[in-house]
Amino acid sequence: MNNYCANGSDSDYTKYWIDWFLGTKGNEYFCEVDEEYILDRFNLTGLNTEVQYYSQALDLITDNLDENLDEEMRDIVEKSARHLYGLIHARFIITTHGLTKMLEKFKKCDFGRCPRVLCHNHPLLPVALSDVPYSKSVKLFCCRCEDIYNPKSSRHASIDGAYFGCSFPHMLFQVYPQLVPPKSTDRYVPRIFGFKLHDVAKQHRYQDMIREESHARIMAGIEGLPTTAAQGSSSGQQNHKNRAADGTGVATESGAMADVN
Amino acid sequence: MSAFDHQQQQQQLMRPDNVEEEEEEEDEEDDEEQIQGEYNEEYYGSDVSNESGPETMPWIAWFCSLGGHQYFAEVADEFVEDDFNLTGLNSIVPFYKEALDMILDLEPEEDSTKVPDVSIVEASAEQLYGLIHQRFIVTRQGLQQMADKYQAGHFGSCPRTFCQSTNVVPCGRYDLPGVETVKLYCPNCQDIYSPPSSRYHNLDGAYFGTTFAHMLFHIYPELVPIIPNKIYAPAIYGFKISEYSRCGPRMQWLRNKQDPKTLDASGKLIKDSDDEDK
Repeated sequence: MNNYCANGSDSDYTKYWIDWFLGTKGNEYFCEVDEEYILDRFNLTGLNTEVQYYSQALDLITDNLDENLDEEMRDIVEKSARHLYGLIHARFIITTHGLTKMLEKFKKCDFGRCPRVLCHNHPLLPVALSDVPYSKSVKLFCCRCEDIYNPKSSRHASIDGAYFGCSFPHMLFQVYPQLVPPKSTDRYVPRIFGFKLHDVAKQHRYQDMIREESHARIMAGIEGLPTTAAQGSSSGQQNHKNRAADGTGVATESGAMADVN
Repeated sequence: MSAFDHQQQQQQLMRPDNVEEEEEEEDEEDDEEQIQGEYNEEYYGSDVSNESGPETMPWIAWFCSLGGHQYFAEVADEFVEDDFNLTGLNSIVPFYKEALDMILDLEPEEDSTKVPDVSIVEASAEQLYGLIHQRFIVTRQGLQQMADKYQAGHFGSCPRTFCQSTNVVPCGRYDLPGVETVKLYCPNCQDIYSPPSSRYHNLDGAYFGTTFAHMLFHIYPELVPIIPNKIYAPAIYGFKISEYSRCGPRMQWLRNKQDPKTLDASGKLIKDSDDEDK
């Protein structure tokens, strides 16, 4: 990988480290973390035990690193800085401002599109399977089929999942529920000379049964919720209940109906 | 003009395209190229090489060795020569006879002056070969060849994380040419995906057909991978998202796979096996 410090003597040196990092090939999934966010030490709580040469790495990210370091040391600090930036990134993207930045990238399809044919190229979002660094690489979540996929390019497949976190895409949809696409019951039906396969058809009937059961359960559950029961009550009370419902992630009946169908 | 001249011309026509395509993709998928390159060498490298002497190479071998044609099996000459196997194709493929001659490396007849351009016959030959291929790969011999290619991983792997990179096979959603490009079928999740490399995005799905992928796993059930069924559960800070949430999980049925032996004909779990978790 290109090293920022190595081309330090170039004219590029005047550029900010974060800009250089985001422009490096393979880092397309990252968004720019606000400088104020990095400078607020509260946001970095605990990262000093996670990252070696923490203070130098932080100085490098904020472009305050002392230049009198030897080559070898710079490489180490550089590596730490990338790791530190990733960990800060994971925290930043679930803040309000971080979510809007990632939303822009989602709309531009910076994370690629779902490889599943029946998802019709729906844009993906990065997600981790573990929040612990160095454990699992980043995966891509499709909100249409609600499944996760490996990135196409090996450059992206080697990014640490911890730089995005397990919660990010789901947090995004909690905040922007209107982005959740309508779910479809389409599925691929294997056929031999036009005939369906018995075993597969049995499994499909089982899946249909599961889907109908969960649909009925959700409908019954929603009917029992205060949101719908409060329809006759005063507006002030209803607002309060709606707010409570939003907070616990409970949907209004009409919203959930649209999702299920 | 001899068939060999044709070939050389074809190659001149096609080579620059391929080179461009590869350069274009190197950026994105260099690693994949490498893998495919390796397969190429392994598979064709011993007796057939694109660079050295295309004059000595039969058309079918040459065609299969082209970049972006790694999914194709080499159809046996006997299969192409048997007219019964080609029934009905003459009404689909333009310049059928010339195209067939090209595939079989036969000298074109003297009176074939109506052919305006070699590149048209070449396109017909590609389509004809594809449609013969669709029929060939559901025969015993074709299935054997494709099973070998499958085991060698020539078709790539499933992009779904929980399929653990299980191998996939090419398939089409339509048997008629010109409708849709080739897709990849994963025997584990029983779903279809677009090929990751754009070089396959203009390969016709009809060249593989709707039947082949399922016939393959019907004849060779041992090729079906055994991977524990896992469904992705969305969670925030480790807490699962409620079903009642507007953005809660709604698609988990899609990946809910049961052993068909534990299901009755109506899709219900057979009572004896209720130790299976839902």
